[in-house]
Amino acid sequence: MSAGLYTNLAWLPRPPGDFRQRCRGLVDSGPSPGEAIMHLAGYALDESQLRQLAARIEMLRAEGRSLAPLAPLRLGLLGNATLEPLVPALIATAARHGVDLECTKADYAQTLQEALSPDSLTNRAKPDAVLLALDHRGLPLRAAIHDPQAASSGVADSIAFLESLRRGFRTHAGALSILQTLPALPESTFGSLDRSVPGTLRSLAATFNAALVESVKDTQDLLFDVAALAQTVGLANWHSPSQWNIGKFAFDAQFLPLYADHVGRILGALRGKSRKCLVLDLDNTVWGGVIGDDGLEGIVIGQGDATGEAYLDVQRAALDLRDRGIVLAVSSKNADDIARSAFRQHPEMLLRENHIAVFQANWNDKATNITAIATELSLGVESMVFLDDNPAERALVRKMLPQVAVPELPEDPALYARTLAAAGYFETIAFSEEDRKRADFYQDNARRVILQTQAGDIDSYLASLEMKIVFRPFDATGRSRIAQLINKSNQFNLTTRRYSEADVAVFEADPKLFTLQVRLIDSFGDNGMISVVICRPGTKSAWEIDTWLMSCRVLGRRVEQMVLREILTHARARGIEKLVGRYLPTEKNVLVRDHYAKLGFRLLDTAPNGATTWELKTSAEIAPAPMSVDRDGFDLVAV
Amino acid sequence: MSLDAIYQKLTQILQNVFDDDSLVARPDLTADQVDGWDSFAHLRLIFAVEKAFGVNFAASQIASLQNVGDLATLINSKVA
Repeated sequence: MSAGLYTNLAWLPRPPGDFRQRCRGLVDSGPSPGEAIMHLAGYALDESQLRQLAARIEMLRAEGRSLAPLAPLRLGLLGNATLEPLVPALIATAARHGVDLECTKADYAQTLQEALSPDSLTNRAKPDAVLLALDHRGLPLRAAIHDPQAASSGVADSIAFLESLRRGFRTHAGALSILQTLPALPESTFGSLDRSVPGTLRSLAATFNAALVESVKDTQDLLFDVAALAQTVGLANWHSPSQWNIGKFAFDAQFLPLYADHVGRILGALRGKSRKCLVLDLDNTVWGGVIGDDGLEGIVIGQGDATGEAYLDVQRAALDLRDRGIVLAVSSKNADDIARSAFRQHPEMLLRENHIAVFQANWNDKATNITAIATELSLGVESMVFLDDNPAERALVRKMLPQVAVPELPEDPALYARTLAAAGYFETIAFSEEDRKRADFYQDNARRVILQTQAGDIDSYLASLEMKIVFRPFDATGRSRIAQLINKSNQFNLTTRRYSEADVAVFEADPKLFTLQVRLIDSFGDNGMISVVICRPGTKSAWEIDTWLMSCRVLGRRVEQMVLREILTHARARGIEKLVGRYLPTEKNVLVRDHYAKLGFRLLDTAPNGATTWELKTSAEIAPAPMSVDRDGFDLVAV
Repeated sequence: MSLDAIYQKLTQILQNVFDDDSLVARPDLTADQVDGWDSFAHLRLIFAVEKAFGVNFAASQIASLQNVGDLATLINSKVA
């Protein structure tokens, strides 16, 4: 089931329907098409789409256009299988990893001549690196089950052969070599005994791989662990006898985008393009539930619960990254002290405040927060990875900060940690003592940055969400969800009045009340019921807003504004002249302290306990937000 | 899957593989009529078809294909 995660590059967003047209458009795109190329390369592209993008990159290069900020790198490509399909796949994929790749492909199986002759095609191209795409068919490995001596000399000969290639490219081109480990074959000779009989291919591959690791260690050359990649997706999938026979494909063509992505990571790491900082959302990303609503005791994290363990895996993955020098930060829509309470007090949390370099829990949009985190850490936003379960937040950050890597996440939190790892954002080519300590440089903190400005154009993002808001009065269909929201919502809840399902049924039937249940649908799907309002008749043709609550999931979408417009519409139609709103403070609803002020209400009264009363004339005009309105089930025709 | 649906899907695959929006899968379409349809492109097309339809072809079946009509018939025999 989860091999598809890898085969389909499932951490990348799916390409748009007009991908081909967008590739063609690259040629006309402004003076620096590099950003646009990188953006297009950031989708999960299939073999044909990689080829389409590579063709445009080659055209731009032929025109002498600069592809900055992509970093140029020349790669020589050699191997004993068909290399032709690798070239465009590598060129397009390298752009995903910040590299402007030029590729020289040697003729089929000409590796030794290419390495040793100073004026070979490869050496003349003066590559920065060469990829030696050799498998068991291209090395002097002899499967000799009757002759253990021949088996071990075959491994030694193979390593010596590779060493002479490496030396050749180093001497004649100054290039470093990238060497592939050998994936074993699914076919065995004896079965389990293969491991212990020296001349079997399985045993040869294991011995060769161990020797190769030793021979590459402490040199400038790099290892590309194809064996691990093939095992991850399954050896029976990786090796295709038909495709080898038909076209000498070293591995099944469906894995070309994945193989290229792994090469791209290494090339990106060579050019210093690996990511350096992981920014974490909190609610439903590092624990289950919404801490602002569910409370410290209500979040799901920890051993003994399948969901709680899934989130522990996310925390463990983050800590493992921190141990190897990746900086951790938090960007969460939450009240700062409530969000921190989990890190300080929850016994099951693995992540603690001192693991987090910058801690941004506030109600700003996440692009603004990520920019602030990057500035605080003196890192570029192109160093950041942002992990968030909410597709709308992911889309916002992708749109406003296209340089930030934002993995798609599956529905099941048990796969979050695996998906993050599969994306390979933090590929590295060396690991030093300094790396081990890097994250500690930020130890003293969990700092918070005060934000001045928003990162960019929220309006056009909101418009791109194609939101539709649906208003209905309370009804039997919505009853249980309405009661649930009334009893669960703590943060965006003006009065925190709790009513039972039976109460809600009474409200439905009461003609003196005005009730509203609100749904929001956007390009990611139906968010379900996200807001509830109850108005009661007050003194002198006024409505008292008894209850106004909203799900924090849709904060920042201007839903409040549209709900107020709707209340005003109905109020006016019924001859109501003003609205009276109250804010009753609790420990959890400081978020909406200024709710009425922001919407243009006038302050009437402040009680000693901090409760405030507000008023708005129904003649007030509230600007519409970018969403369409559906209205259903009201008996008013006038509106 | 109907033969019509197969042709529709084949049209998309052809357009994607050859980066040409004007291509339409017709029974009598052959490699000579399409820019860039060489032996490598042929394999790319076959692999793309195998992936899109979730089928696998033997080398002999691939070698016997004369035109898109043969390909559609072959797909039809596997997905039916």
